[in-house]
Formats: sequence, structure tokens, C-alpha cells
Amino acid sequence: MELFVFTCASVMVLVGALGVIFRKHPVHAALSLVLTLFGIAVLFVAQSAEFLAAVQVIVYAGAIVILFLFVIMLLGVDKAEDLKIEPIASQRWIAGLAGLGMVGLLTAAVVSGSDVLRERGLGIASSVAGENADANIQQLANSIFSDYVFAFEVTSVLLVVAVVGTVLLARRRTGKGIA
Amino acid sequence: MLGLVVVPTPTWYLVLSAVLFSIGAVGVLVRRNPLVMFMCIELMLNAVNLTFVTVGRAMSDINGQAIVFFVMVVAAAEVVVGLGIIVSIMRRRSGVNVDDLTELKG
Repeated sequence: MELFVFTCASVMVLVGALGVIFRKHPVHAALSLVLTLFGIAVLFVAQSAEFLAAVQVIVYAGAIVILFLFVIMLLGVDKAEDLKIEPIASQRWIAGLAGLGMVGLLTAAVVSGSDVLRERGLGIASSVAGENADANIQQLANSIFSDYVFAFEVTSVLLVVAVVGTVLLARRRTGKGIA
Repeated sequence: MLGLVVVPTPTWYLVLSAVLFSIGAVGVLVRRNPLVMFMCIELMLNAVNLTFVTVGRAMSDINGQAIVFFVMVVAAAEVVVGLGIIVSIMRRRSGVNVDDLTELKG
């Protein structure tokens, strides 16, 4: 069963990711991104990270992609990019080679390090998921609100700063005063 | 039931996230639209999140998921600021091509 879920979700993830790269139209790329994000959410559920899957769907597939689509609409930049033109000579080939090399290196690293995971990986799902259904959320809450409570508070400051900064950045200049 | 039931090991998830990360990196290198480049950065962030969750599960450690939570928050803030910058740049110029943005060139 987990194999089936993994296969379907990986196909979703990879098709969406390739769509982001290869679709000419930015709107299509954003919609492909939604596919990838949903696939990642499915993989989170398959690894008993239910809370993160919910946050993934709400924050990424909801808020962030909607923000992308709003900006595309607002700027009217929804013209298809001409992918035939190569601004720098043979840049595509070099980028593709770099990507393949990165896949090879990362895969080699993962495979060579997989023994470490396999040794400690017995009975993983049970200890993370626990016996009751809310164990993931309870463990995560225990971790965030005890070990990482300071980082959590700083996060709220970060969000406020980001919102205020964006309002200042995107505001139309009125002529007098700062910004 | 069936004799061979293949269960995906953490290595499968890690290889998948490696492929996803590389696709995102190639997208940043290849595309010229700042919005699409942003989406590729999101792809890379998601690959890293998947890695964190996978390794956290393999190590029976909830802190992997806690880190992913913070990564998501920072990614949201990053997207908001980045799109604000893109909007304020694109308001005064028509084309969307990162090669044309040379204001910071010395």
C-alpha cells in the first residue's frame, strides 16, 4: 500500500516539477507547482507527518500559489516566455549537465549513507505516529512549544517585518515623505 | 498475502527529494522569468522539507518535523518579500526578464 502511495505521489511530484520548468506560460507553471505541492503533502501523510501535510496544503498550495497567481494577474506578465531563445550560448546544456551531476552526487551520497538510516530505522512509524491518532500533533507541539519556543516567537516577529516591508515596497510612491 | 511486498525505504524518499532539488536548481539556471525562478526556489525548499521529514522519521525524531515547520514559515515570509520586490521592479519597466535587471551593476 505504501508502495502504491509512494509511486503515485512521486509521479505527481515529478510531473509537476518538470511542468514548472518546461511550461512556457507562468500561469501553467504555477498550476504545475500546485501538483508538486500536493504530491509532497501526500508523501508527508505517508510518513505520518499529518500536521505538516495540512500546513503544506493550506500555506503552500493555498496561500503561496494564490499569491503567485495574484502577482501574475496584477503585473500582466502572463505572456508565454519564448524558450527557444537562449540568452547565453549553450547555457541550457551546461545547466542540464549540472543538474544531472547534482542528481548523481546526491543519489550517491544518499545511497552510501543509507546504512545509517537502516540501522536506526526499525519501528520508526510506530514511535512517531504513536498509538493514538493525535500523537504526531502532540509530539510536534511538545517540541515547538518547549525546545523551540524562542524560535517560534522570533518567527512571529519575522512575519510582521515581512508584511510591513512588503507593504512599504509595493506601495505606490506618493511624492512626499519617505517611501 | 503476496510473497513480495516492497515497502519504500527512506532511501527512496531521499532519492526522490534529490531529484526534485535538482529539477528546481536546473529551473533556476534555465528560466528567465523571475516569477518562475521563484517557483523553482519553492521546489528546492520542498525537496529539503521532504528530506527533513524522511530523516526525522527514520531517526524516530520529531525535531525534523519541527524544523520543517519553521522552514515553511520562513518560506512564506520569503515569498511575500520577494513578490513585493518583483512587483515594485516590474511597475516601472515592462519586460519580465532577469537579464535586463542591471541596476546594481557597478
